Amino acid sequence: MHGPSFVYPNDVHVAWSIMIVLYPYITGLVAGAFVVSALYHVFHDHKLRPVARLALVTALCFCSCATVPLLLHLHHPERALNIMITPHQTSAMAGFGFIYSLYMLLLVVEVWLLYRPEIVEGAANAAGIKGFIFRILALGSRQITPGSQKADEWLIGVLAVIGIPAACVLHGYVGFLFGGVKANPWWSTALLPVIFLISAILSGIAALLLLYLVLCRARKITPDADCVRSLCRYLWMSLVAAVSLELLELLHLAYEAGAEWDVLRDLLTGRLAVSYGLIQVAIGSLIPFLLLPVAIRTERYAGLRTFLGTVSGVLILIQVFAMRWNVVIGGQMFSKSFRGFVHYNLTLDGREGLIAAIVVLTLPLLALFAASRLLPLIGDAEPHTPPQDLCKSMPLDVCTSHQ
Amino acid sequence: MNKSHDSAGASGCGSRPATTGLNILNQGTPCSGGGSCGGVSCGGEQRSNADSRRQFLSRATSMVFGSFALTLLPMESPETTAETPLPAPLNGGAVPAQPVASAAKPVLYGFLVDTEKCIGSGKCLSACRTENHVPDGYSRTWVERYIHFKDGTVQVDLVPETGYHESTLPIVDAALVDKAYFVPKLCNQCVDAPCNQVCPVHASFTSPEGVELIDTDHCIGCGYCVQACPYGMRYINPETNSADKCTWCYHRITKNEEPACVEACPVGARVFGRLDDPESELSKRLGATRTQVLKEHLGTHPKLQYIGLSKEVV
Repeated sequence: MHGPSFVYPNDVHVAWSIMIVLYPYITGLVAGAFVVSALYHVFHDHKLRPVARLALVTALCFCSCATVPLLLHLHHPERALNIMITPHQTSAMAGFGFIYSLYMLLLVVEVWLLYRPEIVEGAANAAGIKGFIFRILALGSRQITPGSQKADEWLIGVLAVIGIPAACVLHGYVGFLFGGVKANPWWSTALLPVIFLISAILSGIAALLLLYLVLCRARKITPDADCVRSLCRYLWMSLVAAVSLELLELLHLAYEAGAEWDVLRDLLTGRLAVSYGLIQVAIGSLIPFLLLPVAIRTERYAGLRTFLGTVSGVLILIQVFAMRWNVVIGGQMFSKSFRGFVHYNLTLDGREGLIAAIVVLTLPLLALFAASRLLPLIGDAEPHTPPQDLCKSMPLDVCTSHQ
Repeated sequence: MNKSHDSAGASGCGSRPATTGLNILNQGTPCSGGGSCGGVSCGGEQRSNADSRRQFLSRATSMVFGSFALTLLPMESPETTAETPLPAPLNGGAVPAQPVASAAKPVLYGFLVDTEKCIGSGKCLSACRTENHVPDGYSRTWVERYIHFKDGTVQVDLVPETGYHESTLPIVDAALVDKAYFVPKLCNQCVDAPCNQVCPVHASFTSPEGVELIDTDHCIGCGYCVQACPYGMRYINPETNSADKCTWCYHRITKNEEPACVEACPVGARVFGRLDDPESELSKRLGATRTQVLKEHLGTHPKLQYIGLSKEVV
């Protein structure tokens, strides 16, 4: 830019806050976690068996909280359902309600089927509040037969197959929301939906790896070496794919050096120098890129593998958050006059402040904690036949069909 | 719905219409025959649980898919029907007292800015703020001052709303200046408006006269239109918490008045008028000169046109 900066008067107000950073971040974790569960249920990667259930429950917990940042962001949250009542066919955003609802429904059904044996068992045996919750969750189902289990497994497989494109649509669509804004050269690229999707898978795997290691530590279980190594391998591959695409996009913009490149270059070397250059590329990408191969190759030192996996997982989650920040906030840090920059002021309090953002990020973890009190999240994911004493405790018609 | 209800009620289940999403309302219709309908016993107590469950699931599924399908039906929007009454609170404006357009020959408005005439008085700015109750810190219109210095740099800043005579801006040394000019900015009222395209709830719409408007009673305040406008014209109004923008003073022009900024301009740099009237001043000016639009490469096809734009203006 030559000469002093100039910002359009309305551009000084950053319209999309940290809540719009959290929304793609959370849906990314959902999509990524679901892909891991699909690797087990659809592609039969049995090394991932210990996290197959955790992956689905994680996806459900995060998905159930995905609308919270949006509701906090909307200036008229009481009209939120207008998006489904009067959807505008030409708007990319109008698809949100339907895509989200269908995906949520799919997750709920799949998780319910996956845990039906435990739920039925809990409804029959558990007492107190736990038993009450199980009886509600059972939805009247009191029957576990080999036939019904087979049907459940088949349905889980079908839902997992449907869920893969659904997860891709859910998150690819989020990328499209940004990629389709032609007014903003930092967003308006066809690569952006793909980048969002791959980084979603990346963040989902990292979150699962961390959750698995934390849960193992909490329950004093040794993490399954094959599972950890396998997750690290998928993590590394996703990292390479995501960072390659991110850098490819940047290289493309720089090489073409169109009219808006001046402002983008100044943005990257100025306002985004720390969050992009240092956090997203150097710390969040390069260090895990070097650490993960060591974790994958480490066979004897389980502690080292756990340590490297944990560090890489944390750094990658930071990397993906930085990527979302750099896209959403970074894209609003320059005026559409392309002659000046805008400052985003992240306040501590308020509906779209830092504290609210931390609470939003904590909600899915609380949901996951609550789920862990009711259902087994890690361990053997293989379906099991109901114990005989369960059949004894049930009414006759429940178990007779498979005895 | 009533028809099918009557039909089922009159002739019993023998003539029950085919299952549709809406026909689930007929479930309570008494069966006069007491026999069987398509293999399903109508005896109430004799009806098997499996069949009733199947019927319920079938009807429930039809309802769910039917309701989804209904949302996809093309809506009757104001842009397609000239006689559709417009929402009342159009950015503070009143509903037009009488229709300005007939379905046969719609009025089409246009706007021309002559940058060679603008003197940066700022009168248009204060007139707009007063007329439209624009909150402080936001603008429906502004005027940019471009100063090309002899060393090749270009300085762009905003004309103060009070005009230069009351401002405390530093005086620019005329000896250093190559050329300078003013560029008023307002809503481009694009034919292919990206702000309208991205609105997820139909709150942004095009009036029969081709003016982009916002239904502030329906807007959810998501800010997507703010992001999509390439000209930075939209903002979230902190008083209404809805999107807001210049409407070319729709509440005035539909009463055959000029927009407030046009009326306030002391030099006639802003020209508003009807594009469909060849005798209007706007049509004559447009016919006599060559014009440009802003950010043409984005394909938004603005109806706001300029005389004397320089390549530095974006």
